[in-house]
Amino acid sequence: MRYLEEFRDADLSLGIASSIKKLATRKWTIMEVCGGQTHTIVSHGLDDLCGPSIDLVHGPGCPVCVTPVATIDEAIAMACLPGVIFCTFGDVIRVPGTDSDLLSARGGGADVRTVYSPLDALEIAKMNPSRQVVFFAVGFETTAPANALAALRAVERGVENFSLLSAMVLVVPAMQALCRSPDNRVQGFLAAGHVCTVTGTAEYEPLAEEHRVPIVVTGFEPVDILSGLHMCVESLEGGKADVRIQYSRTVRPGGNPSARDLMDRAFVRVDREWRGMGIIGASGLDLAPGLASVDARSRFVLAPRESRENTGCISGRILRGNGRPTDCPHFGTLCTPERPLGATMVSSEGACAAYHRYRLHEGEDMP
Amino acid sequence: MCLAVPGRVIEVTCDEPFERTGRVDFGGVVKSVDLTCVPEAGMGDYVIVHVGMALAVLDESEAESVLDALRELHSVMGGEGR
Amino acid sequence: MKKHAAASCGLARALYTNVVMAHGGGGRLMHRLIDDVFLGAFGKPDAPPHDGALLDAGNGRIAFTTDSYVVQPLFFPGGDIGTLAVNGTVNDLAMCGARPRWLSAGFIIEEGLAVDSLERIAQSMASAARAASVSLVTGDTKVVERGKGDGVFINTAGIGILEHDLFISPLSVRVGDAVILSGDVGRHGMAIMASREGLSFESSIRSDCAELATCVLDLLGRGIHVHCMRDLTRGGLATSLVEIAEASRTRISIDESQVEVERDVASACEILGLSPMYVANEGRFVAIVPPDQADRALDVMHGHPVCERATLAGVVEDGHSPVVILRSRLGTRRVLDMLSGEQLPRIC
Repeated sequence: MRYLEEFRDADLSLGIASSIKKLATRKWTIMEVCGGQTHTIVSHGLDDLCGPSIDLVHGPGCPVCVTPVATIDEAIAMACLPGVIFCTFGDVIRVPGTDSDLLSARGGGADVRTVYSPLDALEIAKMNPSRQVVFFAVGFETTAPANALAALRAVERGVENFSLLSAMVLVVPAMQALCRSPDNRVQGFLAAGHVCTVTGTAEYEPLAEEHRVPIVVTGFEPVDILSGLHMCVESLEGGKADVRIQYSRTVRPGGNPSARDLMDRAFVRVDREWRGMGIIGASGLDLAPGLASVDARSRFVLAPRESRENTGCISGRILRGNGRPTDCPHFGTLCTPERPLGATMVSSEGACAAYHRYRLHEGEDMP
Repeated sequence: MCLAVPGRVIEVTCDEPFERTGRVDFGGVVKSVDLTCVPEAGMGDYVIVHVGMALAVLDESEAESVLDALRELHSVMGGEGR
Repeated sequence: MKKHAAASCGLARALYTNVVMAHGGGGRLMHRLIDDVFLGAFGKPDAPPHDGALLDAGNGRIAFTTDSYVVQPLFFPGGDIGTLAVNGTVNDLAMCGARPRWLSAGFIIEEGLAVDSLERIAQSMASAARAASVSLVTGDTKVVERGKGDGVFINTAGIGILEHDLFISPLSVRVGDAVILSGDVGRHGMAIMASREGLSFESSIRSDCAELATCVLDLLGRGIHVHCMRDLTRGGLATSLVEIAEASRTRISIDESQVEVERDVASACEILGLSPMYVANEGRFVAIVPPDQADRALDVMHGHPVCERATLAGVVEDGHSPVVILRSRLGTRRVLDMLSGEQLPRIC
């Protein structure tokens, strides 16, 4: 595919990796914030290519991983309501709640359907006027415009059987919380390229300045990530705390105003709990009061539930960049992709799943 | 997160202010895409699409110049790096 | 109910356009359905229909396999549930190194399925059977109430004859063996995806559903000492390789640049966030052969349309424990494991 293949070029990737090794004069800890970036790094072994001076840490860039247990339980409860068609992205379907997950709920008879787009869920609602269709709106700012459009269109067109269950989160408040944490050791960031396609880079300037961290808005292919790393190391070596755009073919400093307009019309900022990180202020999006009619939380009354986090899971530390999957005593034993204890093992973008899938277990020789 | 892929607009199928849709060619696979957030996108433009929604028009000349600059800056000498 | 008349071609169709419960009742209606739809497609048996088929298998070893087919949609670009039902079982026999000879076919039909659809499926099966030189010799028909089936479920069991003395099994795999991949991957799964609700896209992707027996028998006939074979089905190339590695307790190394993915298939995978390594195939296999026979094996395979793009994809290595390693285009290596469940489209 055009504009993907060129950014996967092996020779160019190896050339950039080589430059990074020459450029770094000391060890630098850099966090990449996006699950898609984690996926590329781990599946192509990019961290190995950069050499020992780059300590690449995987941040909370997986909206699925950070969805709290209580919200998953809420989703399962809604899916189990009689007559409901519960639409969700594929990523969420095996994330563990307190006792169950959406896949098991489907096995138990709930009508849970994976969709490619929130707009497809809206179509399902139009085609099934006698059923309630709930769309599980997870995601970062990248997904928020599509979620907004689905909600706005449902109201405009009178699709009365459609509603949204919001679990949307915002990236910058989480990065802020991370930087303010006393055990933070991240010195530079690769920011999420597709999030910034929507938001632009304005919010990153105060973050970079306050915490003296360079931030490079980076894409998702090997050349993008290595180039982003190179730019970050350049800034670190030069003592600069600047905001730069590596993913310039797609990201503009002003982002996408039309997309943000949709979000402003449909959503309001709220405090949100992040799995493993606690409550972060103004870090989530819920439906605006004017769209209460399509808010699943207003439409349905659910039985009271008690939600419990699995205390053995260290995904919180991993999401903050303070632990590796291999630090966890349950990694690969009690906690596997087949029987995950926490979201970072279930979601294919989760650090634990990525490690389990791509890296050998302790005791094995590295390939 | 945020799996988004580039594709080329081959047809604008609806062009109202709050509803813009088109057919986008992703390397031989064509899908219907919502273009509401890219009012400036036209036939032949490349757009970045996430969950059925175009979020930006890809700047092709920027892509080319970035690649050129990278190739020049990080050229591999002989078999170094492998 | 129309008056009884002598059974004639198409009478079942003339009476009912859709399958009804009575078609499973064991009476005249069922016999008419079988005569018209199934025997009409597969051919009348040599002997009068009985509870089972009597077959002359000679004195050799027999291979025996069974599989059930539940695909949705029933008809997809490049095939249908009938083609799958025949080729899938033929291929399982071929993977044992057997010459497929006879198949049974059991149908569980949902009340309401159009008789036309059933005919199309039966014709596909007959056509696939002819291409693979197998006979459909026995079968069964049941009808379940509307809502209790998915159009139709088909089970096929197959018998094949081994015409050689090789022990084709994961236990025969040796360090140093060559791993040959018969062609490009991911077509079947993406052809199915393209037709699924909510994921629809326009593409020319066609399932790779095909019989592999002709090519395999040619390999064996020309003296290739195949150690192990596995056809790639659900779970894709990665899953089949891991299965072999675990069963043979070896380490298998695969070169990503030798795994071909057709452009359309690759694009469809990109959009949905799927890895072609895990996408279903129905006409591809891996063959593990002694290293000194790899070139010859490839030559033979290139002479068959279904394997004309076969590549030397990897090698069996020495290692502590069973694992599949993928060497990327960047030269880095990573573990390729099975997925825990189905691969689903992702946003993340």
